[in-house]
Amino acid sequence: MARTFYDEMYDASGAVRPHYREFARWLAETPDDLLAQRRREADLLFHRAGITFTLYGDDQGTERLIPFDIIPRSIPASEWRVVERGCIQRVQALNLFLADLYHDQRIIKAGIIPAEQVLANEGYQMAMQGLDLHRDIYAHIAGVDLVRDGDGSYYVLEDNLRTPSGVSYMLEDRKMMMRLFPELFAAQRVAPVDHYPNLLLDALKSSSPLDNPTVVVLTPGRFNSAYFEHAFLAREMGVELVEGADLFVRDDKVYMRTTAGARQVDVIYRRLDDAFLDPLAFNPDSMLGVAGLLSAYRSRNVVLANAIGTGVADDKSIYPYVGDMIRFYLDEEPILKNVPTWQCRKPEELSHVLANLSELVVKETQGSGGYGMLVGPAASKAEIESFRARLIAKPEAYIAQPTLCLSTCPTFVERGIAPRHIDLRPFVLTGRETRLVPGGLTRVALREGSLVVNSSQGGGTKDTWVVED
Amino acid sequence: MLSRTASDLYWMSRYLERAENLARMLDVSYSLSLMPQDGRGDGLDELAMPLLITGTLDDYLERHGPLHGERMLHFFALDASNPGSIYCCLQAARSNAHAVRGRITADMWENINASWLEMRGIAEQGLGRYGISRFCEWVKERSHLFRGATFGTIMRGEAYRFIRLGTFIERADNTLRLLDARYEMLGEEIDELEERTARSYYQWSALLRALSSFEAFAESYRGSPRTRKVAELLLLRPDVPRSLRACMEELNLMLAGLPGENGRPAQRLAAELDARLRYTSIDEVLDEGLHAWLTDFILLVRQLGNTIHTSYLEVA
Repeated sequence: MARTFYDEMYDASGAVRPHYREFARWLAETPDDLLAQRRREADLLFHRAGITFTLYGDDQGTERLIPFDIIPRSIPASEWRVVERGCIQRVQALNLFLADLYHDQRIIKAGIIPAEQVLANEGYQMAMQGLDLHRDIYAHIAGVDLVRDGDGSYYVLEDNLRTPSGVSYMLEDRKMMMRLFPELFAAQRVAPVDHYPNLLLDALKSSSPLDNPTVVVLTPGRFNSAYFEHAFLAREMGVELVEGADLFVRDDKVYMRTTAGARQVDVIYRRLDDAFLDPLAFNPDSMLGVAGLLSAYRSRNVVLANAIGTGVADDKSIYPYVGDMIRFYLDEEPILKNVPTWQCRKPEELSHVLANLSELVVKETQGSGGYGMLVGPAASKAEIESFRARLIAKPEAYIAQPTLCLSTCPTFVERGIAPRHIDLRPFVLTGRETRLVPGGLTRVALREGSLVVNSSQGGGTKDTWVVED
Repeated sequence: MLSRTASDLYWMSRYLERAENLARMLDVSYSLSLMPQDGRGDGLDELAMPLLITGTLDDYLERHGPLHGERMLHFFALDASNPGSIYCCLQAARSNAHAVRGRITADMWENINASWLEMRGIAEQGLGRYGISRFCEWVKERSHLFRGATFGTIMRGEAYRFIRLGTFIERADNTLRLLDARYEMLGEEIDELEERTARSYYQWSALLRALSSFEAFAESYRGSPRTRKVAELLLLRPDVPRSLRACMEELNLMLAGLPGENGRPAQRLAAELDARLRYTSIDEVLDEGLHAWLTDFILLVRQLGNTIHTSYLEVA
């Protein structure tokens, strides 16, 4: 299959793109053995710092390193400004959509989104209906996954509005690059990202009507795959990292157990799915949540970030409507493109998907983390046939998209440097305003030809630079 | 501070101190086991001492049968299925640190994490290849490093206080038990003549070395170690950092500085014990009988540990 990929570093003629020139010069001048030594050093430092994640489906609960690649992904500032505006526009529209959905439902009444698409959605939470949130913020933290097609234009692959993770790698990757190669940062101006925890704390505080609210990070615990990140963010923000058992609810107020007695909590940055938050209201078997939390939340005595019920807006079956939301709420044209999407719940679209399985990517509408998806061009006949059966059995649970020619970036692999596919996840924060730090997390699929960048599927990360052009 | 956080910090330092103390125990027993022995001459009784002191001897006998040098050393140092082994203590310390890595400095976390990674490497090699004395040195060194990183980097707040509490509760208990065990080994009724024997000299000086107090003894008393002087040094001297008195002073100081009303019982008990040691002379201790006095105090230290738990680590 002859497909052209957009390479971040080299143009079609093989020449280095202008914003990579400094780096390419440095790379050519630096001896191979020095690079190899620095790469080993990076591994050692990550290991010693315990910057690891836990793999699910592995009985040992082994902590693994996420492979780190020392060749950065670089974005010219002019290009970044467009991406930035596009992300802000998108997250603003999504927040407006959630506020509307849980109040007047104007967008449904206007016939733009079919009612059954949202009201019968698993992510829709009845308990949120009519509840007023301070500043109407639902998704305080959003991760917008972007990829680039063959011509280099950016597409939004999905919005993550529940508990998007990965921001700690964005920050640690930068720290590592500055530690290993300070000379690179002296040679050109790379926009800083280290103030992210500051912006996060600011967004969390401003989501409460109180002047100086007590903020905590709620983690499922040290065996969660993203525990490192939860601890990292709590430490960087200087707030308590709590588990469900550290909190309790009395008279619809939330308290934490401290060495000096009970202390009230005002804002909870929760890294726990809706279903586990409160055993009284949701999953009764959850040992991770806090009994009575929903009731306290509904009494508006505590802020949850993100709000309950945001999942309805990042569901892949709602994704095709985001462009319409932007037009409806903001009266603007979308800056970032959506990937064309076939909704398998529609019979005519399903038959198109079934006829073209070997060329499409099929995803579960509720899936995440790269689990349970089919990449047609990379799948065997048997895999396609077994997926076909699942698709026919439950078409409404799937959507399909054309296989994008994800852009590539030069990456260290076993035999030297080779192009590997990448994506980009900027983290969008909403408090008094919606903003983001320049860059985001770049994930790289380390296997040759692979398009799946998730760390659970063997993906790695790169430092992401926004450079003045 | 969260009670759970305080508890993790406290246990992190307790387990690390315990690992260090186990290594000290092992070191002294191993070197004494190499000396010409009175009885069977195989040094097995001496090697069994650390198991006896830590109360894991029965466990060993049940799992591994009769005393056997190599097996005992492995069981005590590296056995992952023995919760009292040095290996498991380091694992527990690292796991506690992992749970509160947001509350300790990066220097501390990287230090304890690196210790654990290295520990796993040593366990794969086995004690025989790594060397027993070298291993004991390594454990002590890692503990020193961690304490140094802690002392040099952490804010003098609640976290620091709970870390110190864990260290000194564990250390006080350890000093009491080691002294008691060596004293038992020599027999309750030691007369002056017996005290001058080589055996008594090596027993006491090994104990002093295990507690890094040999130099302090030489400087303070000169001459060969006797029960009375050794006991005074390890129980009542405020200027010997592993003495009971020094531990209790530190515990009292740390507890007195903690905020909140709920800690009263622990604060009161620590102050009482501190005062008691401050105004006790070695004659009173010996009059009561060293073994009886030590047994009493082991229970008091345990009670203080329990009171710290109920006052701070499981409140609200």
